[in-house]
Amino acid sequence: MRFVFKTRYEQDLKLWRHAGDLRGYGFFLALLVLFPAVADVYFVGEANLLLIYAIAALGLMLSLGFTGMVSLGHSAFLGIGAYAHAYFLQQGVPFVFSLPLAALLAGAVGVAVGLPTLRMHGIYLAIATLAVALITQDIMSKWSSVTGGFDGLPVAGPDFLSIQAEEINRGGWFEVAGLHVGWVEMWSPTSLYYMCVFVLVFSAWMVRNLMRSPTGRAFVAIRDSEISAQSMGINLARYKTTAFGVSAFITGMAGALFGHQISHLAPDAFNIFISIELLLICVVGGIGTIQGAVLGAAFLIALRSSIPILRDEVTATFDGVGAMEWLVRFVNAPGLEAGVFGALLVLFIIFEPFGLYGRWLKTKTYFDLFPLYKKSTFARQKSYLKTERLK
Amino acid sequence: MESVQIYIALLVNGLALGCIYGLIALGFVLIYKATEMVNFAQGDVMMVGAFVAFGLVAGLAINFWVALVLTVAIMVVFGFVLDVTVIRRLIGQPQFSIVMATIGVGYVLRFFAAYFANVEQIAFLTPFTGKAVQFAQVTLDAGKLAAVVGTLILCTTLYLFFQRTRLGVAMQAASQNQLAAYYMGIPVAMIFSLIWGISAGVAGITGIMLMPIANVMDPSIGFIAIKAFAGAVVGGFGSIPGAVVGGLIIGLVEQFSDYLLPAGYKDIAVYSVLLAVMIFRPQGIFSQMGRKKV
Repeated sequence: MRFVFKTRYEQDLKLWRHAGDLRGYGFFLALLVLFPAVADVYFVGEANLLLIYAIAALGLMLSLGFTGMVSLGHSAFLGIGAYAHAYFLQQGVPFVFSLPLAALLAGAVGVAVGLPTLRMHGIYLAIATLAVALITQDIMSKWSSVTGGFDGLPVAGPDFLSIQAEEINRGGWFEVAGLHVGWVEMWSPTSLYYMCVFVLVFSAWMVRNLMRSPTGRAFVAIRDSEISAQSMGINLARYKTTAFGVSAFITGMAGALFGHQISHLAPDAFNIFISIELLLICVVGGIGTIQGAVLGAAFLIALRSSIPILRDEVTATFDGVGAMEWLVRFVNAPGLEAGVFGALLVLFIIFEPFGLYGRWLKTKTYFDLFPLYKKSTFARQKSYLKTERLK
Repeated sequence: MESVQIYIALLVNGLALGCIYGLIALGFVLIYKATEMVNFAQGDVMMVGAFVAFGLVAGLAINFWVALVLTVAIMVVFGFVLDVTVIRRLIGQPQFSIVMATIGVGYVLRFFAAYFANVEQIAFLTPFTGKAVQFAQVTLDAGKLAAVVGTLILCTTLYLFFQRTRLGVAMQAASQNQLAAYYMGIPVAMIFSLIWGISAGVAGITGIMLMPIANVMDPSIGFIAIKAFAGAVVGGFGSIPGAVVGGLIIGLVEQFSDYLLPAGYKDIAVYSVLLAVMIFRPQGIFSQMGRKKV
């Protein structure tokens, strides 16, 4: 463990704790930027999905990890972001305005859901968001004039203001001093990749700054104890609604990008299972950390693409072997993926409640303090129940 | 006359469905009351119960009533083991750990049910399936009546258990203050496991009672627990009569909106009732909430 001796106030204002941190994250950012230059286009597509999941999970992390509110409705916010963005693009709103607008809409729905439910006990939010997720999916399939119903909604490519020497071959454009100015569709996995990187870095920076502000401190206080937070003068309903709104906003941004990734929206793409995947990302990555959202997303994508490979391997190896027939049937059973995700969720909550990032911190601390590391450094305090009920 | 018959049929259907919702809600209100945890896997536990009963009746050719008792016994053990292996480790952790752990358990159960049953759907014939009872001019489905009667019996039994037995009172004590109950010599961890056992037993019966109503069953039938959640919230979370009444309201709303509204809007109607209750009477019909004392 490294203790920073602070001599100037500016050191407290920095986003990183010490130069080592800065180097680490700088290296990571450089890796992100350079990745499409060296990787195959298939992996760029997978990386897009990873980044989008990381952004969406970052949104969920704000409500789940930092404010302690379980939401099962983030699939709905992802869906609202995606549908709104696709609809705005269809109506001719340029990409740069459409994305924040769609995210704002998702955030507004988040606030609307939060207002009535957040006054209540935490589980009410879980149930209400579950209902919202299902209603949203129903609306997506029924409101066909906007969403296209079951036929789905194609997502137009993103347009950017572009100034270039060649003629622009579509849409309205005009010529100024030999340069062509207009909105140009820029669409390829790589361009989506850079948009995702930008949005991820932007939202991580936003969340990092938010969590250092009085508002963010209030979120954490609410997570740790609502009663003591209230006693300190924190307006519970206001801060919880804020947290939920911002959380839905970030997930809405992810949704808009997700729309481009899958390029054709259908109500089925935003089912409740997406919410569970996002929960899994947060838990596996590490509750209450920004890094956890990215690590968890990487874990999920890696797992999702390795399950089919493993399935084929096992089937090819053991097919026809009588004693291993159960294993072949096991890996080919429907719903294997969901079962594995559920089992991992339970195992991580029981055995590694701080997730992968917590494991990394523990490992780092172990070597920093060697041989003086104590397990109890990371032990969690237990709190026993006294009910809120009167009878 | 024609329309009166339709409405009576709707009423009975709604009541029967509402009883199922009420019993699922009862299952997790029991757990919530005792441990202040919410079991999001309750619907899946019910599904396991139905599959166990199906296995006993169809697979081992056991008499239906014997299989009913066996199923309840198996499910009680199942709930007990679930608590000892998973839930007990999470006592004292933040509440969202339990919520997510039970969601995870639900997915695992759904997968294993599909794997072991090795079928997509089961059609489980109970003695009530397809039989009808004639009252004056109204024909009622026997399975639906059985659901209503079964709910009444189960609720009375549970009520007497909690009010009159030593164990039931100990459960009430543990539900109000874990530490104080522990100091009074109540084995709180054991009590909790028993509560999970009872709740799973109720879920097992519910699963069997659902069979003549749903006709076919698949591993994802547990999703109807979402409507049971709505029922529990409408009734007032943590109240046992509230769970049943809330379940009945949801069942009736679902049946009547299915008939009166255009097709496909019944789910929206149910969830709108849920959201409306949360906005206008968040404590539910039978309010149980107070403010926590520090």
